[in-house]
Amino acid sequence: MTAMLLFLCVIAAIIIWWSAGQGLMSKPWLEVGVATAHGPGDRRDPDQPKLPAQKIGLGVFLAVVGALFTLFISAYLMRVSTQDWWATPVPRLLYVNTGILFASSLCLHWAKVEAVRGRRDQLRTAMLAGLATALAFVTGQVFAWRQLVAAGYTLTDDASTSFFYVITGMHGLHILGGMVALVRTARLVRAEAIVTPRLRLSVELCAIYWHFMLAVWLVLLALFAGWAGSIVAFCQQLIT
Amino acid sequence: MVEASGAGEVIPPAAVEDVELYHPHSWWTRYVFSQDAKVIAIQYSCTAIAIGMVALVLSWLMRIQLAFPGALAFLDAERYFQFITMHGMIMVIYLLTALFLGGFGNYLIPLMVGARDMVFPYANMLSYWLYFVAVLVLVASFFASGGPTGAGWTLYPPQAILSNTPGGQDWGIVLMLVSLIIFIIGFTMGGLNYAVTVLQGRTRGMTLMRMPLTVWGIFTATVMALFAFPALFVACVMMLFDRLAGTSFFMPAIVEMGEQLKHGGGSPILFQHLFWFFGHPEVYIVALPAFGIVSDLISTHARKNIFGYRMMVWAIVIIGALSFVVWAHHMYVSGMNPYFGFFFATTTLIIAVPTALKVYNWTLTLWRGNIHLTLPMLFALAFIVTFVNGGLTGLFLGNVVVDVPLSDTMFVVAHFHMVMGVAPILVIFGAIYHWYPKITGRMLNEGMGQVHFWITFLGAYLIFFPMHYVGLVGVPRRYNEIGETSFVPESVHDLNVFITVMALVVGAAQILFLFNLAWSLRHGRDAGGNPWRATTLEWQTPQTPPAHGNWGRELPVVYRWAYDYSVPGAPEDFIPQNQPGTFPTREAGA
Repeated sequence: MTAMLLFLCVIAAIIIWWSAGQGLMSKPWLEVGVATAHGPGDRRDPDQPKLPAQKIGLGVFLAVVGALFTLFISAYLMRVSTQDWWATPVPRLLYVNTGILFASSLCLHWAKVEAVRGRRDQLRTAMLAGLATALAFVTGQVFAWRQLVAAGYTLTDDASTSFFYVITGMHGLHILGGMVALVRTARLVRAEAIVTPRLRLSVELCAIYWHFMLAVWLVLLALFAGWAGSIVAFCQQLIT
Repeated sequence: MVEASGAGEVIPPAAVEDVELYHPHSWWTRYVFSQDAKVIAIQYSCTAIAIGMVALVLSWLMRIQLAFPGALAFLDAERYFQFITMHGMIMVIYLLTALFLGGFGNYLIPLMVGARDMVFPYANMLSYWLYFVAVLVLVASFFASGGPTGAGWTLYPPQAILSNTPGGQDWGIVLMLVSLIIFIIGFTMGGLNYAVTVLQGRTRGMTLMRMPLTVWGIFTATVMALFAFPALFVACVMMLFDRLAGTSFFMPAIVEMGEQLKHGGGSPILFQHLFWFFGHPEVYIVALPAFGIVSDLISTHARKNIFGYRMMVWAIVIIGALSFVVWAHHMYVSGMNPYFGFFFATTTLIIAVPTALKVYNWTLTLWRGNIHLTLPMLFALAFIVTFVNGGLTGLFLGNVVVDVPLSDTMFVVAHFHMVMGVAPILVIFGAIYHWYPKITGRMLNEGMGQVHFWITFLGAYLIFFPMHYVGLVGVPRRYNEIGETSFVPESVHDLNVFITVMALVVGAAQILFLFNLAWSLRHGRDAGGNPWRATTLEWQTPQTPPAHGNWGRELPVVYRWAYDYSVPGAPEDFIPQNQPGTFPTREAGA
């Protein structure tokens, strides 16, 4: 569970950093009256808009998704350290898929830039490109699975393949879920004549989610390809 | 910085932009597929109480079997295991978690922080309906072939999915896991709401340190749950693969009934780690809201500000953080490295420090307070006593050397029922007696409430105190009957009968409580807007029960903390949070 504890340390650090500005040391029983939007210790302009709730919500959600994948990784690492472990070979197609997901992430970043500039038509192109590349990624993952199955590495073959299918499947499901949001945003682009603030926010949220899923995928790829092996060995030395 | 404002100065309520409220147009969207947090809260609570009654009946049946083995012909060993499993799972997850976070969280958070509704009302609605589906799936397992799973509420593999365990190779375990997965997805939607509403939905002047401790408790528990439930999710998904697809995440090479199973190489201990990484924070996910609520009940009904508010907040947060590094104290008997056990014993005992701090602060709040022995106060006092009692045996069990011999006895059953069963349930009752007037506009009947309280409180002790003794003499748990065993004295059998009779009585008293809930809805005394003369915002709503959108045309503005009771010089013995102005004789450090 070392990986999960490290993850929680990061979360705890974020919470401590955030709460430093929240006046947790104040003495509310002495302080009567109201002057700021956020309370004592807050130096921001009270009328300055806060971060939109949707963005905070996405941030919290990504932390939860991060916890989910970290727990899968924790389980994987615990299983790796036992005797009978044979790593599953990583099909070369996975590297192609990684490139496609990277391109998808770039498209979404482009979409975000266009949304900020307010160029609706370019935004639409970027969104569609992002959607197409995401679809290509998921298809590519399915083909990678089929290659593995054809090579005899089935789901129940051994622990390594089981982990591979379940974790990549879980990542794929999250990409599919993100694509639902992408489709909804793309339809919003079609419905709106100009780039409204609401639309801009939606595009931005999609982009954040996509970058996050790319980062998760890179970690997972490092894990499966064994690049993480040296780190794992190091961690094991730390424990034992 | 906060400026002390003069008595007459009023600040306009701007700061928070209004949530775009969804306005329901039909009966269906108003009461069934409602996006109003208050309606969702009531839906959550009713569903949780309904499924909780099922678990209560199961506990009756188990107690009858323990006192009079064989008295109920249908209750064989398999049924007994199934009842244990469902009783535990329902009570911990589908009742306590859902009621505290889904019920009280939904009702109280928006009202207490001065919001019109949760920030994501649609996700909030989905959260309830997913919970409802999860409950349906769980109930369906009673009617599936082979019945519900009998794996124990911890669902330990490999036995959970072996054919000799009830439901292991039938639908029982599958439905259980699917139900948990749905529950977790639903909870995550709700949890995002509770957390982000506290972060972003607070009204003007409501700083974090002005929030009532109830909100602090629910908020911290929500954040914990958001990070703890994924562990259960991962465990459930992997076990579902083991059961349905034949993978071997948790299944070692195993020979069952002379037959080599196709599994091999999995680690049952891995499941235990994942399960308890969720399971221990779960204890505090239930306890922290209870801590928060009980602080507010005590302060309100003793007419005194909570003692050491800052310490209380910090203690809640510290308990929440520490509870993530104690999970392996549930696994002392799994054959772990002794140093590992030492580490977890230490962290476990450290949690006692902030917890004891809270108990001291509650006691000091009561000290020289103007204590009104109302029903909420009675339940709050009962909670403190019970929590201390249950917590003390926790210190015993937190030590490896004591835990190992006691681990598989009724002592553990008595301990966690005291600390995690009875104590939070007492808070739930107290909270319902406290907030029912706000939810319905009518008071609960006092006489019925008194009878309910004394039977529940004393009865719980008569059930669980003898059970400690039964455990200490070595009676094992998870056995449907102990029969004639040399080390079990005759007195244990008598005690078992006594415990069972008490359990039946206490259970029956809950029916009186439910009757009171229904009866007072129509015949209760009219409550008015603020019957307890409390300071927090939910009592200051323009209508009772609060209307859609909670606050009428303008959001409230908060000028003070939540505990201005008996302020010297103030015209009344409480000052609502949204009342401006200071009072001349107020002293520093009051």
